[in-house]
Amino acid sequence: MNRLRRRLLRAGLAAGTLAASLAAGLLRPLQALAGEWPKAAFDATDVGDAMKDAGIVDPAATEDILIKAPEIAENGAQVPIEILSNLPDTRVIYIFVDKNLQPMAGSFALMNGAEPFVSTRIKMGETSSLRVVVQAGGKYFMATREIKVTIGGCGT
Amino acid sequence: MPEPIRMRVKLDGDVADVRVLIGHPMETGLRKDPRTDELVPIHFIKTVTAKLNGTPVMEAQWSRAVSRNPYLQFRIKGAKPGDEVSISWIDNRGETNSTAARIPPG
Repeated sequence: MNRLRRRLLRAGLAAGTLAASLAAGLLRPLQALAGEWPKAAFDATDVGDAMKDAGIVDPAATEDILIKAPEIAENGAQVPIEILSNLPDTRVIYIFVDKNLQPMAGSFALMNGAEPFVSTRIKMGETSSLRVVVQAGGKYFMATREIKVTIGGCGT
Repeated sequence: MPEPIRMRVKLDGDVADVRVLIGHPMETGLRKDPRTDELVPIHFIKTVTAKLNGTPVMEAQWSRAVSRNPYLQFRIKGAKPGDEVSISWIDNRGETNSTAARIPPG
């Protein structure tokens, strides 16, 4: 009886240690690299507020951010966006959709040899400006594209 | 169990071109289940981390506006055959998944 109890206690202890090390060792680095998930920026309903909450200050218009995206997106649930930055020392690429309920779609922090390029697919609720902001050399830069959406993709 | 991650890595010179398809519903919380007519709860990936040989090279932070079954392509300079590229994600429910692959010769 006692032996069984001890064994159970030991097993429980081991499981507890594993859970603790999982929480501390595995999940934390995943969240810590580019900082906490910026809730305020993602929750903002105005694109200006979203940028401000993301720490973006005075983004300068540039032609050194190349955006490949459809002029007309027939399906707002899957809008392909490809971004290439020619700005030296590109560190972060942000995507904003002005007319989405919450304009900040996502950010991509690049480090340790990652090229200043990213391609993904996003949802757009309606025809809108798409803004790509790049943090490069300690400054912020922005390029804008208009994308017409035939069928909105936020309720999908 | 989360759906699998599919990853393809192609080497061009010393640049690894990585294409990833992540199985995930990316529910906005705005979609109605056609059977029950009730809103499907919000469920989306918040953070994706990519590493080369264990060193982080890209970290994406996402909203629910990234499309269902997210597609992600990025490039890593300074890669060579045999290097390991790994991807992991965590969503708003704390669910996670990861995968890793060796880079084939270019």
